[in-house]
Amino acid sequence: MYTDKVMEHFKNPQNMGEIPDADGVGTVGNPVCGDLMTIYIKVKDNKLADVKFKTFGCGAAIATSSMTTELAKGKTLEEAMKITRADVAASLGGLPPVKMHCSNLAADALHVAINDYLKKQGGTVEVKK
Amino acid sequence: MDHAAGKPVDPRAIEAMLPYMKSSFGNPSSLNAPGQEAKRALDEARKKVADLINAERAESVIFTSGATESNNLAIKGVANRNKDRGTRIITSRIEHMSVVNPVKFLTTKGFEAAFIPVDEYGFLSLESLEKELSVKTVLVSIVYANGEIGTIEPIREISNIVHNNNSYLHVDATAASGLIPIDVRGEGIDLLTISSNDMYGPKGIGALYMKEGVRIEPLVQGGGQERGFRSGTENMPCIVGFGKAAEIAKQEMKRESERLTQLRNGLIQGLTESIPHAFLNGHPTKRLPDNASVRYSFIEGESMLLSLDMMGVAASSGSACTSKTLEPSHVLLATGLKHEEAHGSLMFTLGRENTQEEVDYVIGLMPSIVRRLRAISPLTPKELKE
Repeated sequence: MYTDKVMEHFKNPQNMGEIPDADGVGTVGNPVCGDLMTIYIKVKDNKLADVKFKTFGCGAAIATSSMTTELAKGKTLEEAMKITRADVAASLGGLPPVKMHCSNLAADALHVAINDYLKKQGGTVEVKK
Repeated sequence: MDHAAGKPVDPRAIEAMLPYMKSSFGNPSSLNAPGQEAKRALDEARKKVADLINAERAESVIFTSGATESNNLAIKGVANRNKDRGTRIITSRIEHMSVVNPVKFLTTKGFEAAFIPVDEYGFLSLESLEKELSVKTVLVSIVYANGEIGTIEPIREISNIVHNNNSYLHVDATAASGLIPIDVRGEGIDLLTISSNDMYGPKGIGALYMKEGVRIEPLVQGGGQERGFRSGTENMPCIVGFGKAAEIAKQEMKRESERLTQLRNGLIQGLTESIPHAFLNGHPTKRLPDNASVRYSFIEGESMLLSLDMMGVAASSGSACTSKTLEPSHVLLATGLKHEEAHGSLMFTLGRENTQEEVDYVIGLMPSIVRRLRAISPLTPKELKE
């Protein structure tokens, strides 16, 4: 059902954990539907110096969270805002169709986290959602 | 340890089937010698299946393509044939989809349906059943024991209530048959669904027991096989294999169910006692011998299944993430669980080839799997974190 890449990220998720003094935090999903994820970011010089995640959900939810943090780390905020769910799925070699919507939410959580950071900064950097 | 999903075919059943795939290809409807030989084998298999459930006569058993067809035949067949008596059907909230969907379908064809609730253990509310019965009720369809949570329903009591109302009682015994004794006469069952693969026979074959005198119409019409209730040339290899499997199940039931119960009790204990926030689904004792259904808070079932699968263990879950509908198991929700609790469910169904060593292996794996997923989950409370 899952690609080797998905299983790899499920087995050894990258950047798992919290950032206690995060500059931005984004949570999407809810436990009622079975998927909930939180992304934490640390920003330095307009770049994502650190990205971490916490996820409740299926194998795809955990793998997409892990992959999203990998794709986002080191990127500028503008670049990170351009990461889409489709990019995350493609980087994992694809996801089963049924998982594309419910479990592929980490890119959204990343965008929410960046917006959270921007809001705290007083919206000095303009990024379209 | 996912025997509810599929079981290996008993080698003795395979042995019995082989001639009917090689040399014995007679059609039981033919009067020639090969046909008559096939007819004898068909009768013999029917007798063995009938004996397993203590049917009054072999002819009360109709072979079908499996439990799904048997449930469809019982529900649609009885409802459509008895429209003149009434148009109300009653079932429970913990039925298999092959009962739920035919009943729902009939509500689009002029029938009305009631879905009886269950308590936290999965026992049918007899009070609610009595309340929902009316003169219009032609059929009540209740599962003998639910395959997901293992709870064994009080069929004798249900039968008394249903028959006091002059309605037919259909019982889906797919998960229970072959595991625990079923007595259609003693328990007052009018129609009973059983499945071959659930008792180590081949897939693609099942049966419907129909008490003599039950008014029912066929779903499949044609040459009049199976007394006209299920036309189509008989699937001889599978019928013979089913018969053999039923015979073996009857012979070995007592010993095997005691062995499974002991393994199962150890498994439930090991899965729940050493891990915090772990709970049993269903009833501690009134459950099928093979069923260990548990749930863990703060984590999701599919990720547990994947973790177990990587270690060579097959299990199942009622999580939405493992279903086609993206809804958690309606059975777990019916027992009063919240969605997020149902997502954290994990079900093991043991079988003949499972050993104490395998059970111990699973018990040994589970704490670290749960710990790892809880470390990843944002729902895990602080005191559980290391």
